[in-house]
Amino acid sequence: MDITQRLLLNAGVTRRVLVAFLRRELERFGFRKAVLNLSGGVDSSLSCFLTAEALGGENVLALLLPYRTSVPESAEHARQVIGLTGVSSKTIDITPMVEPYFEQFQQMSDVRRGNVMARMRMIVLYDHSVQWEGLPIGTSNKTELLLGYGTLFGDMASAVNPLGDLYKTQVRQMARAVGVPEAIIQKAPSADLWVGQTDEGELGFTYAEVDKLLYLLVDERYKPEEAIAAGFDPKFVETVVQRIRASQFKRMPPIVAKVSRRDVGHDFLYPRDWGT
Amino acid sequence: MLKLRVGLAQISPILGSVQENLQLHLERIEEAKEQQVQLLCFPELSLTGYVLKDLVPYVAMTATESAPAIAELLTASESMDLLFGFIEEDKRHRYYISAAYLSQGRIVHVHRKVYLPTYGMFEEERYLATGDRFRAFDTRFGRLGVLVCEDFWHISAPYALWMDGADVLLLISASPGRGLSPEAVLGSSRSVELINQMYATFLTDFVLHCNRVGVEDGLNFWGGSTIFGPDGRLVAQAPYFEESLLVAELDLGATRRVRMQLPLLRDERPDLLYTELRRMLRQSGVASREQ
Repeated sequence: MDITQRLLLNAGVTRRVLVAFLRRELERFGFRKAVLNLSGGVDSSLSCFLTAEALGGENVLALLLPYRTSVPESAEHARQVIGLTGVSSKTIDITPMVEPYFEQFQQMSDVRRGNVMARMRMIVLYDHSVQWEGLPIGTSNKTELLLGYGTLFGDMASAVNPLGDLYKTQVRQMARAVGVPEAIIQKAPSADLWVGQTDEGELGFTYAEVDKLLYLLVDERYKPEEAIAAGFDPKFVETVVQRIRASQFKRMPPIVAKVSRRDVGHDFLYPRDWGT
Repeated sequence: MLKLRVGLAQISPILGSVQENLQLHLERIEEAKEQQVQLLCFPELSLTGYVLKDLVPYVAMTATESAPAIAELLTASESMDLLFGFIEEDKRHRYYISAAYLSQGRIVHVHRKVYLPTYGMFEEERYLATGDRFRAFDTRFGRLGVLVCEDFWHISAPYALWMDGADVLLLISASPGRGLSPEAVLGSSRSVELINQMYATFLTDFVLHCNRVGVEDGLNFWGGSTIFGPDGRLVAQAPYFEESLLVAELDLGATRRVRMQLPLLRDERPDLLYTELRRMLRQSGVASREQ
């Protein structure tokens, strides 16, 4: 079986589902507008294209939130997306917001600093959500969600997420189909939280590789040993399985200690779209 | 020549609002009236929406005219026969996913969904009770059978209705779209179309499928309602993902002609099936006691 083939999608039908999803899930709560953080990477660019298509560019606010070490290319790519989609935009430098905190903790690791920056961006996103009267749109893809490769309450925070069921390689296919510039699709994915950071460097494997494995484990319900029999390196399989397990908490709301007969979380189970 | 003008109302109900959904039904009925529809079908849980969870008891009604929504639909059924979906509460406070067939101010038939999917994204058995019968019923258009969504993923359900005399199957669903591939159709749509076409072909019945559209809690419902003739051919199909009213005229005489060419119903051996199933069930009873 050629697993790469299984990850191919029909962009037309996928786009239709995602655009209708965005439109409906906002409209039902009385929102016609949306806001999102646009990094200039492929995920947020695709989210921006889809949201602009669903709501009209004039109803979408893209926030560019650079830090002093952010590569200038990111802002340039974000500006191209803004031009192509006709969305409104605002640039807010987060350096003066996060630096005072960093100064209090001189020995902060890259990961801690990166988390602070991701959460600062979330604060700006949610604050502008109120001001713009639009819901925050997510940009986390299925690969990131499964690997837990994101900051909880940071870049993982949103009200609705059109990309959460698309693997990274599928995000690239969709991005190409909707017209995201090729330079954005081709460049090495990076959270750009510290100089020289790349997703694939940090993870230790490529998205092309891991998407195939995740597809077998998650979508096709392969046992790890079956994935190994299908040709994946045992060490790689173990690493990925372990990552999925260790990050389960990131994919769930905080757990509630049950003491009453009916509690929020276990048995107070209403649909989110209740009455809409 | 016996003609039946049917309508499939591919709607997007409001989740948990019976009153608004009733209005939606009445609007579609008016629209169908203008097109001289004689039988109008709505999707599964058309009066309530699908992802109900703990809302189930709050949107439930008895399958009687004492339920205000049903009373209004009974009045509307003076002008055309109606099939719609709702949450039914029985006298002992059990809740079912039900479908009611109304005609000329009467409740002719109520089907309680038998197979409640409780796997993957589905959790119906957590909230609902299961129906316990498959029964065909007589109408002014002949003998019909109704199934709801997961019911018709079980080959025995349409078969049972066929054996009970149904020449037209009315299948209603709230089928969530899923399964990406390079094909321009979602995997779930492809499968449902395939099985409905298969039923039409194997049973030499008309098979009507009314699916809903819209989005609830991240699930998309794909529409694409279909009508297959007793020769297995597609008569008409509604668009994917969009609200619509599909109207088609069925030539019910086609059933006779197809069955002359292909007498599958005449040659069917339900008695043989019954004997064999009885044997298998007896043996599996023995086998499970021995384990």
